[in-house]
Amino acid sequence: MNAVANHSERKERNHERVEQQVWLSPEVNIFETPEGYVLEGEMPGVTKSGLEITLEGNTLTIVGHRHEADFGANPVYRESRAGSFRRVFELDPAIETSKINAKMEQGVLKLHLPKAEKVKPRKIQVTD
Amino acid sequence: MTLTRWQRPQLWDAARHLSSLREEIDRLFESPFSLFENGSQPFSGGWVPAMDLYEDKDNVFVRAEVPGMKKDEIDISLHEGVLTLSGERKLEKEYDKAASHRLERFVGRFQRSITLPHPVDATKVRAAYKDGILAVTLPKAEEAKPKQISVSAE
Repeated sequence: MNAVANHSERKERNHERVEQQVWLSPEVNIFETPEGYVLEGEMPGVTKSGLEITLEGNTLTIVGHRHEADFGANPVYRESRAGSFRRVFELDPAIETSKINAKMEQGVLKLHLPKAEKVKPRKIQVTD
Repeated sequence: MTLTRWQRPQLWDAARHLSSLREEIDRLFESPFSLFENGSQPFSGGWVPAMDLYEDKDNVFVRAEVPGMKKDEIDISLHEGVLTLSGERKLEKEYDKAASHRLERFVGRFQRSITLPHPVDATKVRAAYKDGILAVTLPKAEEAKPKQISVSAE
């Protein structure tokens, strides 16, 4: 994920405006280790079943659907934003896309994106 | 006529406005709508989780978006009709040494207080943490509940 694509993100956003859908952009952390990348995204109120992760070529789209808690009470004061989450990323071509793994824990999505074997740094033994 | 004490114009205040304006412009270039899309407030310099307040006939409900915490890292206290939520989120040790490409999630302490609109029964307050949302249910005190008064015709 060298270049986390802002272009495609912006294009998508404008497109969404037309469709009148309100998407919230989740805050993310992206770490890189020798084995791969880890993406953490904040999506409070999203359960495992509301998660929709799609991969098209090198474009990874994360969608987190959530539903308004309806418990028959009247809202008095509100700061949280209604809507579901969506964000698009351009993946590093070195990622082994078949091994992407997703986990949802207390409203935080954790995506493990392992690098393909051939690009992992390798120690080479020196023989006499 | 009321007398108002003269106050020196506060320079730092103007400076703060300027710097926040600059940040705002930077941000607008980066992503035109993100400013309005997040519940947490962008210029506060800290973590300000979004809080909601609901009520029905018997209860007051407070909800806060605090994703990615452990149940026991959250503190809830009720004192003289003010509910205070606080906690601390730490960066995971696992990625201490990893290179980071994006660091947008807040790390650190938060504390928020909200004055409840009605007296509540402090002994019956319940709290649950699920899907990153803290939900506190505060039953209204008996004297705060609406009462039906029947009118008898003579």
